Amino acid sequence: MRTAFIQELLAQSRARRDLMLLTADLGFSVLEVFRDEMPSQYLNVGVAEQNMMGVAAGLAHLGKTVFTYSIANFPTMRCLEQVRNDVCYHNLPVRIVAVGGGFTYSSQGYTHHGIEDIGVMRTLPGMVVIAPGDPLETTLATRALCDYPGPAYLRLSKADEPRVHESIEGFQIGHAIQVCDGADVTLVSTGGMLRHVVDVAEALRSRDGIQARVLSMHTVKPLDEAAIARAIEDTGAVMTVEEHNVGSGLGAAVAPVVAQHAGRRAAFRIFGVPDEAYSRVGSVAYMREMMGDLRSATQELVSARRQAA
Amino acid sequence: MPNIEATKELARRIREDALRMVHAANASHIGTGLSMADILAVLYGGVLRVDPKRPAWSDRDRLVMSKGHGAAALYAALANAGFFEVARLDTFCQDGTALAGHVSHHVPGVDFSTGSLGHGLSLACGVALGLKVDARAGRAFAILSDGECDEGSIWEAALFAPHHKLDNLVAIVDYNKIQSFGSVKEVLDLEPFADKWAAFRWDVEVVDGHDHEALARVLEAAPKAGRPRAVIAHTVKGKGVEFMEGKLLWHYKAPDAEQLRAALDQVRGSS
Repeated sequence: MRTAFIQELLAQSRARRDLMLLTADLGFSVLEVFRDEMPSQYLNVGVAEQNMMGVAAGLAHLGKTVFTYSIANFPTMRCLEQVRNDVCYHNLPVRIVAVGGGFTYSSQGYTHHGIEDIGVMRTLPGMVVIAPGDPLETTLATRALCDYPGPAYLRLSKADEPRVHESIEGFQIGHAIQVCDGADVTLVSTGGMLRHVVDVAEALRSRDGIQARVLSMHTVKPLDEAAIARAIEDTGAVMTVEEHNVGSGLGAAVAPVVAQHAGRRAAFRIFGVPDEAYSRVGSVAYMREMMGDLRSATQELVSARRQAA
Repeated sequence: MPNIEATKELARRIREDALRMVHAANASHIGTGLSMADILAVLYGGVLRVDPKRPAWSDRDRLVMSKGHGAAALYAALANAGFFEVARLDTFCQDGTALAGHVSHHVPGVDFSTGSLGHGLSLACGVALGLKVDARAGRAFAILSDGECDEGSIWEAALFAPHHKLDNLVAIVDYNKIQSFGSVKEVLDLEPFADKWAAFRWDVEVVDGHDHEALARVLEAAPKAGRPRAVIAHTVKGKGVEFMEGKLLWHYKAPDAEQLRAALDQVRGSS
């Protein structure tokens, strides 16, 4: 994803002198191509996220569209008030790009686990929150963000994620992408879980006789509420899936839509990282064990719906 | 060079209006408004290249009032400089006003909202950098409080500006020696303060922040190539109203009707 991001930003920046990229001294082996080709549109501000965000706001005030780059929680939580006051309050076109969303840096410890970032960012007024599901979504989201008004948060994983989509027609911020269709349940995925979710949907189909619709909800805010409403009406069961705390991310954004839906009642579950302080460290697969097993969780949800019906 | 008689008259109006505003709104922070009234008067009295009739003029200088609690004095300066009607100052902190108790960019002439300390110098750095990147005219100014310099983010920006040779940037510290809950010396001593800025490679000027000639001289002087300027302005909190001078209480308290009358008499008498 980070490769897709920097390649697309570089391509856009060749024709767009107003685009700027700031980094807080991170991006080794990623940002060099941009730095070397576009030195006048690139700046490493040093290990100083608060200053980076204020500088980004000052640049954006003058008409620049500014991308800031860092990893995990550093460009969001370390400088949260600068994001809130200097960027959001002034509705400036600053795009906060974080790599290492979810358990990307799983073995590096809790400081490097990006599992509350979506929740923190989506509480800010006017903040667009995007967590692409594969490299192609990343490319298209980056392109769309070059022209989108106002602030945005782009949450990426790392490099070499599997591609899910062969092609995407008419990508739009705030519009979910239906990856496959099914009548029994809808799996709503955000971020780097998409490949896993599609694989589970295939297993449910071939081995369990459960037909799952899969939505890639790359934009958590503004949420595609119409896609959720259709999922409720068409499938009667909705499972959100995210590598993020269950209390504040995609699931928390979808829950009120399900609760306030005027039509069919839906079975609903949030699949994600439990809300507990923990010291667990290990591989991504090991960390994801905390979230439970998506296939069996989906089976249970579908059973619950059938019993309720 | 600003007309010093005019800037002194502007400072008097800023003090009078700010006193009336905080009295009417029962608002805090009059002490800081009085300590920086002379700095604002010299800036808006001729140093800043701004046009009240065209607040969005693209080549204007940008002033970031990083000490956002100084809103009353800033609004008074802007109104008296012609950015909006002086009568509008009466809406300070009232229902539906744009004139919030901390600086709001919804007020004509204000580019950046502030209120949480430690943000403004980075914003000014971003402006100064952007102007340089595009080889544009215009300068960036930031007014900081002394207590604000406790914030680590100020020193992030202080490292940044000289490294990137932002000689179109001026930081002015309203060094009135009193912060929120005590004197600067007691709470977190900044000294040797000028030396710190110099060590960070700023071009440092230390002045009496109530001396208009001195302020005009250091604010107007051509920049030293590649170096941002730090102006350490020694001031007195509550300056111009004897019973407010040097008193922590007036960071919080609004003058009652009798105190307002006495304060206005003193301010008028001093011009």
